Amino acid sequence: MATLDLALEEEVVAALPARRKRRLGPVFWAAIAWMVFIFVAAIFADVLPLPSPTDMDMLNRRAPFSALHWLGTDGLGRDELARLVYGARISLIVGLGAPVIGVTIGGALGMLAGYFRGRFETLVVGSMDVLLAFPPLILALAVTAYLGQSILNLTCILGMLGIPAFMRVARAATLTLARREFVIAAQALGASHARILLRELLPNVMLPLLAFFLLGVAVIIVAEGALSFLGLGVPPPIASWGSMIGEGRESLDVAPQLAFLPAIAMFLTVLSFNLVGDTLRALTDPRQGAL
Amino acid sequence: MNGAALLSVEAVSVDLPTVRGNLRAVDQVDLHLAAGQTLGIVGESGCGKTMLSRAILQLLPKKAKLAGRVIFDGQDLAHCSAEALRKLRARSLAVVFQDPMTSLNPVLTIGTQLIETLQEHLELDAAAAKRRSGELLAAVGIPAPEQRLSQYPHQLSGGMRQRVAIAIALSCEPKLLIADEPTTALDVTIQAQILDLLAREQKRRHMAMIIITHDLGVVAGRTDDVAVMYAGRVVERAPTQALFKQMHMPYTEALLAAIPKLETAPHTPLPAISGRPPDPTRPLKGCSFSPRCRYAAGRCESEKPPLVPAEMAAHQYACFHPIRLAADATA
Repeated sequence: MATLDLALEEEVVAALPARRKRRLGPVFWAAIAWMVFIFVAAIFADVLPLPSPTDMDMLNRRAPFSALHWLGTDGLGRDELARLVYGARISLIVGLGAPVIGVTIGGALGMLAGYFRGRFETLVVGSMDVLLAFPPLILALAVTAYLGQSILNLTCILGMLGIPAFMRVARAATLTLARREFVIAAQALGASHARILLRELLPNVMLPLLAFFLLGVAVIIVAEGALSFLGLGVPPPIASWGSMIGEGRESLDVAPQLAFLPAIAMFLTVLSFNLVGDTLRALTDPRQGAL
Repeated sequence: MNGAALLSVEAVSVDLPTVRGNLRAVDQVDLHLAAGQTLGIVGESGCGKTMLSRAILQLLPKKAKLAGRVIFDGQDLAHCSAEALRKLRARSLAVVFQDPMTSLNPVLTIGTQLIETLQEHLELDAAAAKRRSGELLAAVGIPAPEQRLSQYPHQLSGGMRQRVAIAIALSCEPKLLIADEPTTALDVTIQAQILDLLAREQKRRHMAMIIITHDLGVVAGRTDDVAVMYAGRVVERAPTQALFKQMHMPYTEALLAAIPKLETAPHTPLPAISGRPPDPTRPLKGCSFSPRCRYAAGRCESEKPPLVPAEMAAHQYACFHPIRLAADATA
C-alpha cells in the first residue's frame, strides 16, 4: 500500500508542472500583456498625461503623427490617442457589463431549467427561442431609438441579447451533470435543491460559462463597435472605437489611420480575449483526461 | 424480524412510462431489514435492483410511479413531506454508487466535499470538520489523509475514490447504507478490500446495509440475508447460509453456475444463462424466467408462481418446480 501510494504522489507532482509549461506559450502571455495594457490605460485615462479627447483644434485637423499628437488628430482636430484610450473605456465597460448581465440571468435560467426540467424548462427554452428569432441588430436599433443613446441602455440591450446563448450553455452543462451520480448522492445525503444547484452544480457549470463569457466579451465589443459605427452607440462627443471607425470612414482616402487605428485596437483586444478564454478553459478543466 | 425492522418494503412496485409502453421495473417487492443487518440484493442487469434502491431512497426519476409502502424507522417515506424526507435522508440514509468517478463532484477537492457534508450534518465548525474528515479518510484506509484532502477526484485511483465515496456516505452516521454495485467498477484485488471495509464499518457503527450486486460471490460471506431478483420480482429470499446450502429457484442456481471456478479446466466454456431477460414492457403471463429455465414445464408458462415459504419460513421462493436436492452448481 505504501509503495503504491508513493508512486501515485510522484506521478501527480511530475505531471502537473509539465502540463502547465506546455500550454502557456508566448502568444498567451502577449495576449495577457495587451489586455493588462488596455485595462490600465482605460482605468487610469483621467490621470494619464493625455490631452482632452473632446477638445477640438480646427486648425490642426487630420494631423499626422507628431510629438504633440502621438497618433495625430481626427477630422475635428481631436487627439487620436486620447480618443483611443477613452474609447477603450467604453468598449470595456460595455464589453464586460453586457456579458455579466447575460451570464447572470442566462446562467441562472439555464441551470434552473436543466435541473428542474418540466414546464419551467419548456417555458424558458421557448421564450429564449423567441428572443433568438428576433434580429438582434434591429432590436438594438429599436431600443436605442426609443430609450435614447446611453452607455447603460447599450449595455442592457446587448446583455439581454446574450442571455439565450448563456442559457443554452448552462442548460446543456446542467442536463448532463444533473444525471450524474454525485447529484443523486448529494440528494441521498439530504442536500436541498438550492445546495445542489449552488455547491454541486455551479462549480461544474462555471467552467464552460467562464470560457463562453470571455468569447462573449469579444463578441460584444464587436457588436458595440457595429452599433456605434451605425451611429446608435454612445452619444457624441464620447469616443468609442466603433464611432471612431465610423467617423474615420469619411476620410479613408486622406487619413486612413483614423479608421484603422481603432480597428487595430479592437482587433487586438478581441483576439486577446479569445486567446485567453480558450487557454484558460483548456488549463482549468479538471475533467479533462479524467473522464 | 418484522417487528424490529428498520426498513420495511411492502408490495412496492415501480412503473416507468416509456415510449414503448409502461415498463414495470419493480413488481410487488416485499423486503425487511433489521438494524445492524445486511441484505444482499442479487440479479442481472436490468432486473430492477437499482430502481428498488432508488424507490427506498425516494429518488426515483420524476416520471416513475411508485406503489406500495416504504417504511423506514417507523415512517412511510412515500408520504413524507419533501422537507421531512430531506431531514431523514440527512440523518439516517446514505448511498454508495457503482462508479466512484461519477459519484464524486469532479471540480471540488476531496476535502471540500467531505468537510461541507460534515458541517452540514453534524454542525461542526471548520477546524473540527477538517479534523473529522481526516479521521474518516484514515478510517476508510486512505494513507496520508491530510494530503488527500486538497486533491481532486481525478488524482485518485478508482479504489481510493470509492473509499472517499464511502467516507462521505459514512460521514453523516447513517442508520442504513445502500451500496449499489460498490465494487463493479473496481479491480478484483480492490473489490475484496472495499467489501471488507464496508463490512467492518457496518459492524463498528451497527448500521443496516443493503448490498446490491450481480455477483453472488460478493454477498456470500458478507450478508445476513439475500434476495434474488429477476425481471422486477424477488424470486428467492433466504438467510445467506440457507440459500447457499439449498437454493430452490433455478435462476439462483444458474447465477451461481455462471461464476467461474478455479478448479474447472482452462478453456471450458462458462455456463452462461442462455437468452435474455424478458422485455419489461411486455410482461409474460407465466413465470418470467420460464423461457430460459431448463426445468420449465406445464403451468410455468401460463401462471405466475407465488412467493412461497420453503421448509424454513424465512426461506421463500417463487417456482413451481423448485430444486429439491442439494444443488450441484456445476451440473
